[in-house]
Amino acid sequence: MRRLSWFNTVSLTLGFAFLYIPMLILIVYSFNGGKLVTVWSGFSTKWYGELFRNEAFLDAAWVTLKVAVVSSTIATVLGTMAAYVMVRAGRFRGRTLFSGMIYAPLVMPEVITGLSLLLLFIAIGLDRGVLTIVLAHTTFSMCYVSVVVSSRLVTFDQSLEEAALDLGCTGFEAFRLVTLPIIAPAVISGWLLAFTLSLDDLVIASFTSGPSSTTLPIKIFSAVRLGVSPEINALSTIMITLVAVGVIGASLSSKRTIAKRAKDEQEAIQ
Amino acid sequence: MSDAAIATAPAEFAPWEDAQATPLIRFQNVTKRFGDFTAIDNLTIDIYEREFFALLGPSGCGKTTMMRMLGGFETQTEGTILIDGQDVAPVPPNKRAVNMMFQSYALFPHLSVAENIAFGLKRDKMPKDQIAARVDEMLNLVQLGKFANRKPHQISGGQRQRVALARSLAKAPKLLLLDEPLGALDKKLRQDTQFELMDIQETTGTTFVIVTHDQEEAMTVASRIAVMDHGKIIQVDTPAKIYEEPGSVYVADFIGDVNLIEGSVTKSGDDHATISWAEGQQDLIGIAHDEIPAGTRATLAIRPEKVNISTERPADMTNIIHGKVLDIAYLGNMSTYVIETPTGQHIKAQAANTRRIRRRAITWEQEVWLSFTDTAGVVLTS
Repeated sequence: MRRLSWFNTVSLTLGFAFLYIPMLILIVYSFNGGKLVTVWSGFSTKWYGELFRNEAFLDAAWVTLKVAVVSSTIATVLGTMAAYVMVRAGRFRGRTLFSGMIYAPLVMPEVITGLSLLLLFIAIGLDRGVLTIVLAHTTFSMCYVSVVVSSRLVTFDQSLEEAALDLGCTGFEAFRLVTLPIIAPAVISGWLLAFTLSLDDLVIASFTSGPSSTTLPIKIFSAVRLGVSPEINALSTIMITLVAVGVIGASLSSKRTIAKRAKDEQEAIQ
Repeated sequence: MSDAAIATAPAEFAPWEDAQATPLIRFQNVTKRFGDFTAIDNLTIDIYEREFFALLGPSGCGKTTMMRMLGGFETQTEGTILIDGQDVAPVPPNKRAVNMMFQSYALFPHLSVAENIAFGLKRDKMPKDQIAARVDEMLNLVQLGKFANRKPHQISGGQRQRVALARSLAKAPKLLLLDEPLGALDKKLRQDTQFELMDIQETTGTTFVIVTHDQEEAMTVASRIAVMDHGKIIQVDTPAKIYEEPGSVYVADFIGDVNLIEGSVTKSGDDHATISWAEGQQDLIGIAHDEIPAGTRATLAIRPEKVNISTERPADMTNIIHGKVLDIAYLGNMSTYVIETPTGQHIKAQAANTRRIRRRAITWEQEVWLSFTDTAGVVLTS
């Protein structure tokens, strides 16, 4: 291991401080014993207990989870299908237009997406609730899935599918038995991306949610407007922990896969 | 292995000369266009059962398109393709008794070697124990029994090539298509594998159609070669005929090394033609099966290894060319001499190096005589 020069040490420290001090403060204060968020009055885990007794927060968390799972699953199916057609169907009439339109929601301001969905739901007389949030989240996260999956499909060797057809598969079997297992990592990361997007979306959810269906980000946002409570710090700490565990786990497992692959390839050469 | 090479020799196996034989594959006036581009141009050809048929040509000549039409991945624009007497136009790839070995091998990376080979058999709903037996049989055929449980990325390139072959043969197709099957292998491995391919073709009795741009490969493995250019078949013949008696300058030039001497026909008939080609040089005689009217522009194609080189004028040869040594390429087992005639043409002669190099008599700038028999070259008008 090389020692870093003083300049590199300083830049590294500043960079990480900038990124992580806010979170660190939040975590520390979640263990604060007192009611006041900015004054330290001894270590305690009582706000975590309070949090788990707070029905409103738990309900919101449950709604958020349901919405995220359902909408990201639908978005993954639709996004993968769209990506497949865009990459595989060759040059059909209107292809450029369609592929442009799939990516448009990526750059569309969320406020506009939210507002237009709200207008649509009112126009067709759909009552706002879990269903409308799911629909809205599916709409905007589908294009992210499509981007992730199509970038994988572009490098996918088409002769693999032809080989499957040649060996007796129908078109759908070739997709199910060959294409899908091979692009699965991209589909899964597309799903995770859609899941996270749905989990922390505030703007679109606030346009499309109804009184009975508040998501966690909306709940936190409205609670903070009445003043930051230590419970929210506790909740945020839990979320940070979950995300950190997920990210570290994913990176470790991918490191292991790469190491294993390198070892396998070594064996093949011998 | 050399037994296999002899067995594919045309003397014993030549269904294309038998008027009674029914071809396995018939292309009848097939044309394939991609937009404005004509990939296959009004092509008619018969391929017979148990043949090892090579489609040879430069890239873009339509050979791959022809193969993909047999596999069912492309449909012809005009004409009919019959396999075993059946018009295959409406038959999708998964319903054809044809299998293909892809240039990239197209092994399924998420399946083991054995699962790759079993893939096609499972689609046919074959009973499990029969699948296992067939997979073992195929693994033995390509000598990969030890690697059954490895994934494709855990084996070497040559082994992958054999897995791909085993997978495409597992369903015992009537016809196996091979798309540049040895392109990714290095030269030594490629030569060994060519003989292996011929052995396997012999043992299984499957009809093989191979696409290649490597003329040596085509010469080695094929019972017949179709030389293609711009969507047309220029000549179909056995490797020996293609090499010895090319039907056109294009074929002569495409296969191996050749001297092309242009001139005008002075005399023709009795299977030979004479051309006058340069002032101060005597006329040259070569094979010409059809009579060519005198005065026609023609080309004598003569292989360098059929040209003798000597320091004195040979007495009893029909064709003699006088010139000066311009260049000598020493290739180890033989040397190629480039001779310049007084009129400035370059002609190559090859001689085996049976003596040590410092004892050889011929050197640069030396006056030499080239000679060859009247059956060594062919006179071509196209």
